[in-house]
Amino acid sequence: MLKRTPLFEAHQKLGGKLIEFGGWEMPVQYTSIMDEHQAVRTAAGLFDISHMGEVVVSGPQAEAFLNQTLTNDVRELTAGRGQYTLMCNERGGVIDDLYIFRLMRTEFLLIINASRINQDVEWMTQRVASGPYVSDVKVTNASNRFGAVAVQGPRVKEFINGCIVGSSAGPTEVDQASDLQKNELGLFNFNRMVIYVARTGYTGEDGFEIFAPLQIVAIWNKLLEVGRPFGLKPCGLGARDTLRTEMCYPLYGQELDEQTTPIEAGLGFFVALGKGDFVGRTVLAEQKEKGVSKKCVAFKMTDKSAPPRPHYAIWSTGADAKHIGEVVSGTQSPSLGIGIGMGYVPAQFAKPGTALEIEIRGKRAPAVVVQKPIYRKPTRG
Amino acid sequence: MTNIPSDLKYAKSHEWVRVNGQTGVVGITDHAQHELTDVVFVELPAVGRQVKAGEACAVVESVKTASDIYSPVSGQIVEVNKAVVDNPALVNTEPYGGGWFYKIQLSNLAELNTLLSPEKYKAQIGDLI
Repeated sequence: MLKRTPLFEAHQKLGGKLIEFGGWEMPVQYTSIMDEHQAVRTAAGLFDISHMGEVVVSGPQAEAFLNQTLTNDVRELTAGRGQYTLMCNERGGVIDDLYIFRLMRTEFLLIINASRINQDVEWMTQRVASGPYVSDVKVTNASNRFGAVAVQGPRVKEFINGCIVGSSAGPTEVDQASDLQKNELGLFNFNRMVIYVARTGYTGEDGFEIFAPLQIVAIWNKLLEVGRPFGLKPCGLGARDTLRTEMCYPLYGQELDEQTTPIEAGLGFFVALGKGDFVGRTVLAEQKEKGVSKKCVAFKMTDKSAPPRPHYAIWSTGADAKHIGEVVSGTQSPSLGIGIGMGYVPAQFAKPGTALEIEIRGKRAPAVVVQKPIYRKPTRG
Repeated sequence: MTNIPSDLKYAKSHEWVRVNGQTGVVGITDHAQHELTDVVFVELPAVGRQVKAGEACAVVESVKTASDIYSPVSGQIVEVNKAVVDNPALVNTEPYGGGWFYKIQLSNLAELNTLLSPEKYKAQIGDLI
């Protein structure tokens, strides 16, 4: 039996086409992926992300524990700030990628992948139990208590205050939600209930993610009401995937797994080797110093072709062309109108400009390695 | 409301054929294009290829997935629609017109009796909705 979010009925009412994702029954699209993608790039889109997990890590040694468990440096976070980070095993393989916010000096909120909730909670709980902080750190899986939505797009700041009314009650102190800066989180009131609002997202556009123990249906409906005049559309996981692929944001299970390290994935920026010891550090430090044998590259198709898809073979070009890797994410880019993707190849093929070929139904189509992100917003003069 | 023209024959797998003497024109239904949404790529069979009814002979790609298209009838491909290759969105906008896939020289007219009438096709997709 698939799990359903509190917004399931709202999706049905809006005509959402429902699919299975990570054990959840979620909308893949309402009208079309293309329409919803463009709504987010040009106006605004609303996503149900209630399937994502929420974990609270608290206690006097929460900071020390998290800094030994995650790759980024959590000490950089003042209360109300968040960062992208990864949780690795001893081999440097990725257990999960996540967002962490500091709520208070001794309390943190972790937003984790739906498909990884059990693994993450078990990993952290065992590390607490077997480590030096057993009585000083508490790991609480709050995933079932939270609903969540993401509202994303360049016009969101014009209507967000019509839904999230008034000033925050800490930890980031702002007069209105639209005053939150990127990666900042504030507590706000909605119908006299406390909700978390963060200026974060997974689309490459400005926007907010809202986490609420109750009221998520009312928040969803209110956002649709105040956002519709600005072009807000409900969006499914299909557009979420094309948007994040254009930005080269990893998706756990595709770019990331327990056999792949953040350095190989091109996420070295989020690995703070200088902060002291943490799980996986030995392997990651060695990879950073000596280089890696495989790398996650972004590529574009250069001719008209069918879109690349996950698991398609990547080939080198020329007389001695070889099967060198596999596509992990691939789609038609709604913004660019061409096939795009990411895949793992030996490091010597990772340089932008390197010609590749993608095998599509037995035929090879030309592609080229490009810099990440694949899509950049046109600069407005 | 999905459009099901009365002058066509339909396959359970959502292709249509318009028969004119010994030749058929093949495409996919309005219902199929609606389910696929946003067709971004169409791959058609080579002219001259012999296909059997039910054989996968074309591919339609939406943003999310690739779907095989099965020939509703047997015969030889005599022409393919280059316009739909250049502009795959025609499958969405004109599924029974400019979005046709290929013309086929029918090798077994009796097969047409095994295809669905508009009423039967309507009943089939009605069950799905």
